[in-house]
Amino acid sequence: MVKYFLGQSVLRSSWDQVFAAFWQRYPNPYSKHVLTEDIVHREVTPDQKLLSRRLLTKTNRMPRWAERLFPANVAHSVYILEDSVVDPQNQTMTTFTWNINHARLMVVEERCVYRVNSDNSGWTEIRREAWVSSSLFGVSRAVQVRPLPKHLLRQPRKPRRRQRRQHWQLQRRPRTLPARLPPSSSSSNSSSLCSQPGPLPLPQPTRHPWAPSAPSFIVLYY
Amino acid sequence: MNSVGEACTDMKRKYDQCFNRWFAEKFLKGDGSGDPCTDLFKRYQQCIQKAIKEKEIPIEGLEFMGHGKEKPENSS
Repeated sequence: MVKYFLGQSVLRSSWDQVFAAFWQRYPNPYSKHVLTEDIVHREVTPDQKLLSRRLLTKTNRMPRWAERLFPANVAHSVYILEDSVVDPQNQTMTTFTWNINHARLMVVEERCVYRVNSDNSGWTEIRREAWVSSSLFGVSRAVQVRPLPKHLLRQPRKPRRRQRRQHWQLQRRPRTLPARLPPSSSSSNSSSLCSQPGPLPLPQPTRHPWAPSAPSFIVLYY
Repeated sequence: MNSVGEACTDMKRKYDQCFNRWFAEKFLKGDGSGDPCTDLFKRYQQCIQKAIKEKEIPIEGLEFMGHGKEKPENSS
């Protein structure tokens, strides 16, 4: 079972700046988990494309349940290969990155295509695809659920249902106040609430959910 | 950035400096010929291949760009 992700983003820098920065990516404060970086192959093709293979080692940060299940994997760093093709004539760069060890636990493959942004030629857009898979029985579901981006996990709020008035509610007559009785000498012996002075509290009229003062627009949109 | 072979880090940094200059000033502007970093790259590669063998990193026989086979554009 393979989980597929697709994302697109824009970098507000020109394509040549992005391509040059790609080779100066490490080290950086946001990638402290990347331990080493090496070019293991490089060549310029007859049609002037640059092919490169970069070997990266990263720390192996597994969730605790995975560390308990796969203790042998804990000690080993993750080796990652990144192949790339830079095409300066078409102003595009394509990269393919995947892990070459810990593959029994999980394989993550990512393909990125960098090209000039169609709306702004001074910007660079990235189309990023990823495939996450695990061949281990029982682990595949946990492995695939975890990397799901948070905004996809949030459940949309269900719109509040409009209250349906019952037939008897529509036909109900409004209550009237009972007539006030004159005070009698025997009233002191009575403990009934009915003889208490003052009017009975009237029931509050039921507010219609679509009443102008109700914030119905908040209910509709989430 | 460090190299996977500790002894190769200095060679790597010298090569990277040379490559980054050539890449930005020549290659991206359409002049892909005359790579001045070839010698530095050869020495760096000799060191790194030895380190990869010692650490038994399995990079042999892996096809460029992930086998080139079609990947599904949806989850299965």
